[in-house]
Amino acid sequence: MMPDLGAYAFEVALAYAGSFVILVVIIGLSVMQAVRAKRLLDETERRIPDA
Amino acid sequence: MSLWEYANPRKFMATTERLVVPLFLLAALCLGTGLTWGFFFAPDDFRQGSTVRIIYLHVPSAMMAINVWVMMLIASLIWLIRRHHVSALAAKAAAPVGVAMTLMALFTGAVWGQPMWGSWWEWDPRLTSFLILFLFYLGYIALWSSVENPDTAADLTSMLCLVGSVFALLSRYAVNFWSQGLHQAASLSLDGDVNISNEFWLPLVVSIAGFVVLFIALVLLRTRCEIRLRRVRALELRERMT
Repeated sequence: MMPDLGAYAFEVALAYAGSFVILVVIIGLSVMQAVRAKRLLDETERRIPDA
Repeated sequence: MSLWEYANPRKFMATTERLVVPLFLLAALCLGTGLTWGFFFAPDDFRQGSTVRIIYLHVPSAMMAINVWVMMLIASLIWLIRRHHVSALAAKAAAPVGVAMTLMALFTGAVWGQPMWGSWWEWDPRLTSFLILFLFYLGYIALWSSVENPDTAADLTSMLCLVGSVFALLSRYAVNFWSQGLHQAASLSLDGDVNISNEFWLPLVVSIAGFVVLFIALVLLRTRCEIRLRRVRALELRERMT
């Protein structure tokens, strides 16, 4: 299944692995911040009811 | 129905609530298909060998690095002209995604350049303008976090975005402006004569679609987050005043 990457296997694998890490970090951070913001707003709205 | 309705945070939150998860799923489908196709099934290039597989990451991320800044520019202009808070927050939300895309473009370019050009980095016009664009993204994020008043921060970052647009444009057209350096001209073009062949082009287009949809999903998610944080701040200010 794995294609024969020949002499450039390291470079191709490194490019895909590095990009995968960058994508996981930006998606993970965004989701974590969104969850935290939602929780914070829920708590704040409970504490300070809207007028 | 007008686009300006979405300048109302309540309307924006209600509409985007239903969109975020389907957009993430669509992005995963397009990225999964495009990258699997490109990595496992696309052929080697007769000159670049297997390193041609890096274009399925490098070209979409480089395109997005520039287009994210263009989106931030449009949102910043809307803020400066019409003072819609959602547009300023959308620009703020897009910046970290732009950092990720620019970093990915620089990284994959360097990894491809080492075997093809014999160098990880060259002070080529396109590479240099991309590096400056990356620094502009970092400066934009730093400026947002260093100014206490959100409206002042939005004003200042919008001005920075206008200035940085010069480098976003340079990143795109540097190859055309200066006929020197190592970086080749565009791989994709409406001019059929310079397009890459279909066996490389089709997975590339699917991968680009994946990056575009992922960007939209991330910006919606992050803008919703910014709107919530702005609401928290408003409630806390009101509590302090009463």
